[in-house]
Amino acid sequence: MLNYILKRLGMGVLTVWFIATATFAAMHLVPGNPLANEKATNAVIRANLERQYGLDQPVLTQYVIYMGNMLKGDFGIAFSEENRSVNDIIRETFPVSATLGLLSLLFATAGGVMWGALTAIYRNRWPDYLIMFLVILGISVPSFVFAGLSQFAILHLNKWTGVSLLPVAGWGSFRAMLVPALVLGLSTMAYLTRLMRSTMLDVANTDYIRTAHAKGLSTTRIFLHHQLRNAILPVITVLGPSIAIITTGGFVVESVFAIPGLGRYFVQSVAQLDYTVIMGTTVFFGAFLVLMVIAVDILYGFIDPRIRVEASR
Amino acid sequence: MNPYAPKAGDFTPVARQPGLITNPRPSQSYWQDAWLRLKQNKRALLSLYLIVALVLMTLVGPWLWQQDPAYQDLDLISQPPAYGETALVVADPGIWAGVSVDPPTLITVDSNATSSLAATAQIQTVGSASTQYVRLRWEPVAGAGFYLVYRNDHAPESSEDLGLPLGQTLTAAEVSFEDRLQLRAQDYWYTVLASNGLQEAPGFTTVRIPVQRSITESQAQDRKLHANAGDTVTLRSHPFGTDSLGRDLLARIIEGSQVSLFIGIVAPFLWVLLGTVYGGISGYFGGTIDAAMMRVTDFLIALPFLLFMILFRIGFGIGPGESGIVPMLLALVLLRWEDTARLVRGQVLQIREEAFVQAARLLGAQPLYLIFRHMIPNTIGPLLVNLTFSIPMAIFTEAFLSFIGMGVAPPTPSWGSMSNEGLKSMLSSPHELLFPAIFISLTVLTFNLLGDGLRDALDSRMRSRE
Repeated sequence: MLNYILKRLGMGVLTVWFIATATFAAMHLVPGNPLANEKATNAVIRANLERQYGLDQPVLTQYVIYMGNMLKGDFGIAFSEENRSVNDIIRETFPVSATLGLLSLLFATAGGVMWGALTAIYRNRWPDYLIMFLVILGISVPSFVFAGLSQFAILHLNKWTGVSLLPVAGWGSFRAMLVPALVLGLSTMAYLTRLMRSTMLDVANTDYIRTAHAKGLSTTRIFLHHQLRNAILPVITVLGPSIAIITTGGFVVESVFAIPGLGRYFVQSVAQLDYTVIMGTTVFFGAFLVLMVIAVDILYGFIDPRIRVEASR
Repeated sequence: MNPYAPKAGDFTPVARQPGLITNPRPSQSYWQDAWLRLKQNKRALLSLYLIVALVLMTLVGPWLWQQDPAYQDLDLISQPPAYGETALVVADPGIWAGVSVDPPTLITVDSNATSSLAATAQIQTVGSASTQYVRLRWEPVAGAGFYLVYRNDHAPESSEDLGLPLGQTLTAAEVSFEDRLQLRAQDYWYTVLASNGLQEAPGFTTVRIPVQRSITESQAQDRKLHANAGDTVTLRSHPFGTDSLGRDLLARIIEGSQVSLFIGIVAPFLWVLLGTVYGGISGYFGGTIDAAMMRVTDFLIALPFLLFMILFRIGFGIGPGESGIVPMLLALVLLRWEDTARLVRGQVLQIREEAFVQAARLLGAQPLYLIFRHMIPNTIGPLLVNLTFSIPMAIFTEAFLSFIGMGVAPPTPSWGSMSNEGLKSMLSSPHELLFPAIFISLTVLTFNLLGDGLRDALDSRMRSRE
C-alpha cells in the first residue's frame, strides 16, 4: 500500500512539474513580453522594468528562477492589478471556489446515489423512465444554459412570491450558494446516477445477493447492507475526475452568477493576458486537481481491499 | 461385445447428399447483424436520423436558407421568432409638430390644493398607430402644468402600475406626444397624467392602442421591396428571430453549426485515429515498450484538460477576441487521445492471444500487418462506440470554450459563442439563448443516444443492462 501511495505521489509530482514547465513554455512562446503592452515605456524604463522582473535574463535562467520561486510557493505579482500578488489572489478567491465545489460535489454524490438507487428499485417502471430521461437531459444540456435558466427561474420565483427568496447572483450567504452549487453539480449528478443505476443492477445479479435472499434476510436489509454498499464503490472511483469536472465547470457558473472565485478570476486574467496570474492559477489548479485525484485513489484503496491487492502486485 | 470387424463399406467416402443440412437462416455478417440490432432500437435510430439531418443542415443549409448571417437589420433588433409577417408600408415620418392648444388659464399653484387635477380625457391617436410611431393627443386638463406619458404592455392595475415612463411635455399647451421608443407590433396601454409640478392627477385614464407592424418607404427600399405607402409587404422571415444586432438567428445557427460540428466531428475522428495507432502499437509489443507508452497516457489523463486548452491558445499567440479554430482542434486531439489508446491497447492485448493471430504469425505476418490487418479491424466495434461518445465531448468543449470567450470569437458564430451573447439579453429576449442552446443539447443528446445504441448493437461485452 505504501509502495502504491509513493508511486502515485511520485507520478503526481512529475505531472505538476510538467504542468509548470508547459505553462512556462506556453507563456514564453508568445511573442513579446508582459511589459510590451504598457503604454509609458521608453527604452530605458523598459529595460529597468525588465531587469526588475528578470525578463532580460536568458530563458533558461528565467525558468530556473520561476521554478525556484514556485517551490517556495511564490507565484509572483499580478500585472493587471496594483500591489497584489498572485498568492493574495489565490488566497482570496480559492476558498470561494472550494466552498462552491464542495457543496456541489455534495449535491452531486448525494443526488446521484439516491436517484441511481431509486431507478434500480423501480427498474423499468415510470420513476425509472422519468429519472433516466432527466439524466439524459442533465448530460446533454450545457451548464451555462442551466445557469441562465435557473437565474430566469429565480427571478420569476421572487416576483411570484413577492419576497427575495434567493438572490439571482452574488456570493456571501448560504442562500446565494445553493443554486450555483446545484447547477454546477447537475451534470456530475447525472453521470453518477447512470453509473449508480448500472452498478446497482450488476450487484443485484450477484450470488451473494441471492444467498442473502435465500437465507431469509429482509429486502430492506439486503438493499442497504449488501446492494447499496457494494454499488457505491465505483461511484467513489469517479469522484476524483468529478472534482476536476466540477472545478473547471466552475469557470462558467462563477462567471454567470458573478461569484468571486478563482475560476472567474482565471477567465478574466486570460482575457487580460495577465501572465503571472495565468501561470500561477494554472499551476495551482493543476496541482490541486492532481492531488485530489490521488487522494481519492488512495482513499479508494483503503475502502476496497481488492484494489490494494492489485496495486501491490 | 464382439471385437470390431471392419467391413468393406466402412472406409468409402459418404456420398454427398444435397439437402441434408439446410441452413435455417442466411448467415449474416457482423455489420448486417449490428445494423439489424440498431434498427430495433428506436431511440438510437431516431438519433441517427437527427444526426443526418443536422449534418445536412450544415452542408446544404446555406443554400436552403439564403440569408446573410452577417447582415444586420438594425430596425429588427432582438425580434422574437416570426414567419411570413406582413407590414404596412408608411410614408417616412417627418417631424411631427404636435398639437397645441391655447394655454389654459393658469391656476396659481396652491400647495394645499387637493384633487384639483382631473384625469386626462379623450386620449386618441393621430394617424394610424404603427411600429414607426404612435402619436397621441388628448384634451387639456384645467390646472395642468405639464403632462406625463406612460406606456405599459398590460392594462394597469393601479397608479403604481403604469409601466414605462416615456416622457413629459414641456408645457401645458402641448397636448400631444409622439412615442417612437422600440415599438413592437402588439397592444400597448398608454396613460397620460396631468401634473402641476407638485402633484399628479390622482385618477388616470388609459387607452389601449393596437400597434401595427410597419416599415417606412425608405426602409422598404433598403430591403429591395418595391412598395409605396399604403401597400402591405411581406417581411423577410426570421423563424428563430433575430439577435441583438438584428442578424437572422437561423442563418447564424446554420453558419455556427459549421464550426461546432467541424470541431465536434473532425477532432474526435483525429484523436481516435491517433489513439488507435498508439494503443495498437503499445498493446502489440507489450512489455517494456507498453509500460513506457502507457506512462505517457497516465500522465495525460492527470493533466487539467481545460487549462491546457486555454494555454494552447495562448501558446499559439491568439489573443482574447480572436478565433482559434485550428489551435482548438489541435489541442483537443493532442490532449484527448489517451482514452482511445487505452481502449485499443486493452483490446489488442486480448486479440493478440487469439488463435487466428497466432496462425497469421505462423504464416510469417509482420507485426504492423498483424496490427492493422487483424487486430484493429477486430476492435472497430468498440472504437466506433468510443468515437460516438467522443463527439459530444468535443462539442461540449467547443461550446464551453467559446462561451467563456476562449474559443471562436465574433463575428464567426458558433453555438457556444451565440449562447454567450444570448445570455446577456436572456430576460428580454430568451430566444437568443434558447435556440443555440437547443442545438447544442440536441446534438449532444443524439450522439449520446446513438452511442448507447451502437454499444448495444456492436459490442456484446459492453452491452448496457436495460
